[in-house]
Amino acid sequence: MDFDVIVIGSGPGGYVAAIRAAQLGFKTAIVERELLGGICLNWGCIPTKALLKSGELYEQLGHLESYGLSVTGRSYDFDKVVQRSRGVAKTLNGGVAFLMKKNKIEVIEGTAKLEKSSPAPKVVIALKAGGSRTVQAKNVIVATGARARAIPSIGLEPDGDKVWTYREALVPKSAPESLIVIGSGAIGIEFASFFRALGSDVTVIEALDRILPVEDEEVSKAAHKSFEKRGLKFRVAASVKKLTKDKSGVTIELESGGKTESLKADVAIVAVGIVGNVENLGLEALGVKIEKTHIVTDDNGATGVAGLYAIGDVAGPPWLAHKASHEGIHCVEHIAGLKPTNLHSPVPGCTYSTPQIASVGLTEAQAKAKGLDVKVGRYPFKNHGKNIASGETDGFVKTVFDAKTGALLGAHMIGAEVTEMIQGFTIAMTMEATEAELMATCFPHPTMSEAMHESTLDAYGRAIHI
Amino acid sequence: MTDILMPALSPTMEEGNLAKWRIKVGDKVESGQVIAEIETDKATMEVEAVDEGVVSEILVPAGTEGVKVNALIARLKDEGAAAGKPALAAPPVKAEAPPAPKSEAAPAPVAPTTVASAPAAPKASGDRVFASPLAKRLAVQKGVDLKAVAGSGPHGRIIARDVEQAKPGVAPAGAAPAPQRQALSLEQMGIAPGSYDLVPLSNMRKTIARRLTESFRDIPHFPLSIDLEIDRLLEARQRINGSLGNDVRVSVNDIVIRAAALALKKVPEANASYTAEGIAMHKHADIAMAVAIDGGLITPIIRAAETKGLVQISKESKDLAERARTGKLKPEEYQGGTFSVSNLGMFGIKSFASIINEPQGAILSVGAGEKRAVVRGDQIVAATVMTVTLTCDHRVVDGAIGARWLQAFKPLIEDPIVMLA
Repeated sequence: MDFDVIVIGSGPGGYVAAIRAAQLGFKTAIVERELLGGICLNWGCIPTKALLKSGELYEQLGHLESYGLSVTGRSYDFDKVVQRSRGVAKTLNGGVAFLMKKNKIEVIEGTAKLEKSSPAPKVVIALKAGGSRTVQAKNVIVATGARARAIPSIGLEPDGDKVWTYREALVPKSAPESLIVIGSGAIGIEFASFFRALGSDVTVIEALDRILPVEDEEVSKAAHKSFEKRGLKFRVAASVKKLTKDKSGVTIELESGGKTESLKADVAIVAVGIVGNVENLGLEALGVKIEKTHIVTDDNGATGVAGLYAIGDVAGPPWLAHKASHEGIHCVEHIAGLKPTNLHSPVPGCTYSTPQIASVGLTEAQAKAKGLDVKVGRYPFKNHGKNIASGETDGFVKTVFDAKTGALLGAHMIGAEVTEMIQGFTIAMTMEATEAELMATCFPHPTMSEAMHESTLDAYGRAIHI
Repeated sequence: MTDILMPALSPTMEEGNLAKWRIKVGDKVESGQVIAEIETDKATMEVEAVDEGVVSEILVPAGTEGVKVNALIARLKDEGAAAGKPALAAPPVKAEAPPAPKSEAAPAPVAPTTVASAPAAPKASGDRVFASPLAKRLAVQKGVDLKAVAGSGPHGRIIARDVEQAKPGVAPAGAAPAPQRQALSLEQMGIAPGSYDLVPLSNMRKTIARRLTESFRDIPHFPLSIDLEIDRLLEARQRINGSLGNDVRVSVNDIVIRAAALALKKVPEANASYTAEGIAMHKHADIAMAVAIDGGLITPIIRAAETKGLVQISKESKDLAERARTGKLKPEEYQGGTFSVSNLGMFGIKSFASIINEPQGAILSVGAGEKRAVVRGDQIVAATVMTVTLTCDHRVVDGAIGARWLQAFKPLIEDPIVMLA
């Protein structure tokens, strides 16, 4: 037996699972075909945050007068913006390498394939350095992640030139003059927000009737309004019929409410969802169940094949790094017989646009659809001391409580720094706090987080500052 | 692996003493087999096994006092099955191989043993229940007793899901024990240390102390006494017993119970309980009879005594009294009477006034039948006289009601033949 645990894929699901396994005394290896840290660190969460920070600062420089400041010669060097983003990714990639070493986890660089064996499938690795290596472990965790969905039949297929996915969008040569983003989920909105900040003419197309369709309706509406103020354009309830390319750029034919429209831009970003990386792993031969490009697992990540587990994006939505890490830890603790209890923790979601959007739990509509009686609280940042002082009065905090039990069902926020605040509600939900504990909590003044308190109070008709 | 929990032997039982184990580790247990004896505040009861298996652990030793209901007291393992789950993936325990486990980690993840989150049984001891705020609120709304819920959250904490899956049960009786009045120690009150032996309080003693303190303190009560001539009753009793075989002997007390039941039918206002919601008018005369037993007393009940003849009452009371003395009464046999009879006649007590046995509206105290001089017309004659005292809960049995009950009771005792009417 070569290892106790082998993890395939070193994204935030895989490398975290590997570290937890090592902590628990398992002899652990991790297989990575590309870069340690996976998409999140190298081509996702982290480098986009670096770009967005540059964009945000640049945009703010244009609004300094309201703070009594002025600047002349505002400009940016696009190469340097991208270089900084790549540097950030590299730093963190090195960080993961350090963590693997520190935890005595063997990193095997190459592409893994599974073969039937006992007590778990064998892992045959086509090594990056050439040759192959076969290792046998007691447990194998598949954490191969996901990639952008393409729809070649209508031309939604990245070419790295005029049609981008997040990957090309992270390393462009320049900010396009005009850009069409297809899909208004978190990824689409973040790139739209970034390129708009640098002055691109950006249009976002959404097939559903509102942008950020997984968010609470009120948040979608407020976001739409805020983004439009920043000059973003939207087409909602609009389906892409065809994307065609020529020398000057892309042309997208849209259909919306029976009318057709043709939009032109230099570049299109395709952000229409995710497919799991389930190919070429030998999963079919092992009898692993795959549905809609994702591996079917039980609550503990078990696939039904002895010794084989799957976690993170490849095991299904929500496609979020922190959900992958959470599942990875859970899976390893389950393997160790520790009976982990973090299964039912709610998973928050964040979008790092300007303004930011963050949420956890059920939207008001979802709660009502479940037949629950709800009490809804709202508190706008325009009333709020810290936000007024900071000049960031856009947005609000909305809370949804179960009227019968006082359980916090969901929280929805839009505005400055809300991505740093959502954990407060997430802790409350994880600990099963009711409105009483949230009301009893003393929030520091002056902070934007006080709006969380006020929103809770408002749900019970007790807000102080409305 | 099957957990054996401390059973609730009555709806109000919160804890009990684990008096005796009838099994030991390694014994094979059949379903229905008596495995332990548990002493409650009223009685010692035998506990039977529900599941079968082999005793793998006894977690609460015999003689342990105050074991909470639903505490884990023992474990059975299914016969044949290996104990615990086989380790899924224990790393080789070679000296050089595995990195030293970090402090919070279980060293070699073999069988899941000591890890805090084992969501097995409710707490074995201690009063604190670990539950999320939402779980606590749901429990109140659903009427679920959290002490009876096994937690599946971190460190075995009870979370909302656990309460949602729990069956609503009887919420624990809210009656918190009355605060102990005795603030001063015996020494402070001038009793020299070492001048006495201290007998530990049994559960029964604690219950008597608590219940009677509450009753005497909280219920406005008053006694009504009356003298009854019982010569004809004694004569009737003799004749009745003469007519019966040797196995039944009707006692004066049996006749008193029957007469009391019939009087309650005539004056139903005396067969009542005071509650915050209203006066409960009982449909039957369930007569509780006080039986002195080792270490205290208990009041087994003759149900619907108004419907029962003397022979049946006699048989039942004899059986109940015997089983009371050997601690074998079932809870339903001593809980829930509507009227009590306490008899100290056999000790020569002339008259006394008992303390109300909640929630009953009245209790009859029966003194000794003795020859006394009575005035009949202008003559002093000898008669056998018995003084009885009715203690009434004034909230429900006023003086006139109590007096009317005694008036109804008197002819039944003085001339038992009218019981035939």
